[in-house]
Amino acid sequence: MNDAVQPLLEVRNLSKNFGAVQALSDFSMVVHPGEVVALAGDNGAGKTTLIKTISGVFRPSSGEIRIKGEPVSFTTPQEARDKGIETIYQDLALADNLSIGANIFLGREPMRRALGFLPVLDRRTMAEAARETMAVLDFHVSRLDAPVSNFSGGQRQAVAIGRAVYWNAQILIMDEPTAALGVPEQRKVLSLIRQLKAQGRGVIFISHNLQDIFAVSDRIIVLRRGVTAGERRISETTHDEVVKLMVGG
Amino acid sequence: MTTTESKAPAGEAHARPQADHADRAKSLVQRIADLRAWLFLAALIIGFEVWARASFGGTFILNPFNLQSIAIFAVAPLLLAVGQTFVIISGGIDLSVGFIMGLAAVVAAHAINAATASMGMPLAVLLGTLAAVLVACIPGFINGLLVSRLRVPPFIGTLGMFGVARGVAFLLAGGTTVPVSNSFFATIGNGRVMNVPYIVIIAIAVVLVMHYLLSQTRFGQHNYAIGANPQAARRAGIDIKWHQLRLYVLSAACAGLAGVLYSARFNAGAAQAGEPLLLDSVAAVVIGGASLFGGSGTILGTVAGALVIAIIQYGLVFVNVEPFWQFIGVGVVIIISVLIDQAQRRFSGGRQDE
Repeated sequence: MNDAVQPLLEVRNLSKNFGAVQALSDFSMVVHPGEVVALAGDNGAGKTTLIKTISGVFRPSSGEIRIKGEPVSFTTPQEARDKGIETIYQDLALADNLSIGANIFLGREPMRRALGFLPVLDRRTMAEAARETMAVLDFHVSRLDAPVSNFSGGQRQAVAIGRAVYWNAQILIMDEPTAALGVPEQRKVLSLIRQLKAQGRGVIFISHNLQDIFAVSDRIIVLRRGVTAGERRISETTHDEVVKLMVGG
Repeated sequence: MTTTESKAPAGEAHARPQADHADRAKSLVQRIADLRAWLFLAALIIGFEVWARASFGGTFILNPFNLQSIAIFAVAPLLLAVGQTFVIISGGIDLSVGFIMGLAAVVAAHAINAATASMGMPLAVLLGTLAAVLVACIPGFINGLLVSRLRVPPFIGTLGMFGVARGVAFLLAGGTTVPVSNSFFATIGNGRVMNVPYIVIIAIAVVLVMHYLLSQTRFGQHNYAIGANPQAARRAGIDIKWHQLRLYVLSAACAGLAGVLYSARFNAGAAQAGEPLLLDSVAAVVIGGASLFGGSGTILGTVAGALVIAIIQYGLVFVNVEPFWQFIGVGVVIIISVLIDQAQRRFSGGRQDE
């Protein structure tokens, strides 16, 4: 891509081992603003280790992570989140019984004073933020007070993404975001990813579905047994080539 | 507010009205299910009223003495149940509340007797009450540690504390009841203002505070989130261990207050004060609309649940039915209530808790 632009995220020579098991070795990648980078690879190739290291769950054994050129080191996922790295988990970290707004603000709920003295949850602010955030993602929900269990899988995925967007995540790591969804819902999630891209955010997109990867990504990095098996621009590669990289042909 | 909704892209338009329709049907069913405790309550009141008029030409619910008796009757189970509501919504259960109540009743009696010797009666009551509630918080704190730090399942941890609190309470009471000699305490337990007993006023105040805590604060919001999806709560940065610790202390404090009011009402502390009330407290919460899987329930629902139980128990006595029918009545209401909950879950779908 454009090398003159400061990358959002730079991973340099990252290694991670668990005892004698080398889960990831000497891995490097960059994500630029407005870029979707796909991570592909068979089970056990090191994708999960990589994203957990970037998002602060694991500490790297060696190597460096830089955000906008500045070296960072996370000891908890919260620290990564504070630096703008948000992970959207496959199993959707939502509280089903709460509204969209309550989910967006979970753990950092806004308060107001009722009758001038009594601190109470500011539900109106939460609902308002929910409506605006979902509108940014081009999702229009009619019932903002309904628990998210009332919504479809794609809408719930949008809520999880919306939460990240509201808290101004610059880099979104999405682990199999389309895996549990029907085809129309998958399309909706892919269009969400395009929106994030248009807003200048960086997306790391993990999927087993090559069709989805080719539909939204700018680049693809294939991992095999903890090392980079290849990195290609989507416009310059084919399904066959990617599959060969994955299985080691 | 509504302008953006009308600006929704045309491509989605065909799907939305249908979804809205389903939403509305769902929310109607949900609303009925949410209100079931109040519907039970209305049905019971009407039923007993008709029964009373038909069998001896008197009124049941319009009789102020009956209302007062039912309210007094409901105080202790209600106080246990409001604490229990928080615990059950978080996905736990507190089996120790009955004997924590007994422990607090005994401690209150001893403490007030000891304090009355050296100070004014109201001050002695205040200090004795504080002492009893604080002592009640100790088993609650241990419950919290067991569940949050040592990952003991709440059912087992609080069952253990059920036994410990029971034993300690009987030991402190010397195996008997502990009479209190403090007329101020007796007034609180049996006095009334404008025909409303003081202990009922105290219970209403506690209910209001707990309702506020559950529905309007972060603590309450996090309680719902933890009950629905602990992992999501943890990822959102909520300190689940700290939350659980406070939760079981809160439940124990409610039970402690119930114990103090018991001693005030009967002028004596007894270790077995709350023995029959544990199951009533759980039943009130469940009839009130909470799910034992966690994640749902309200304080106002629990109030209705506690009143349902109190009215069944008192009403059956009033219409001269053998008291054993109470157990059957409460049991049947619990089962119907859970059946409604299951039906609503199936109808509204969405949730994946098997």
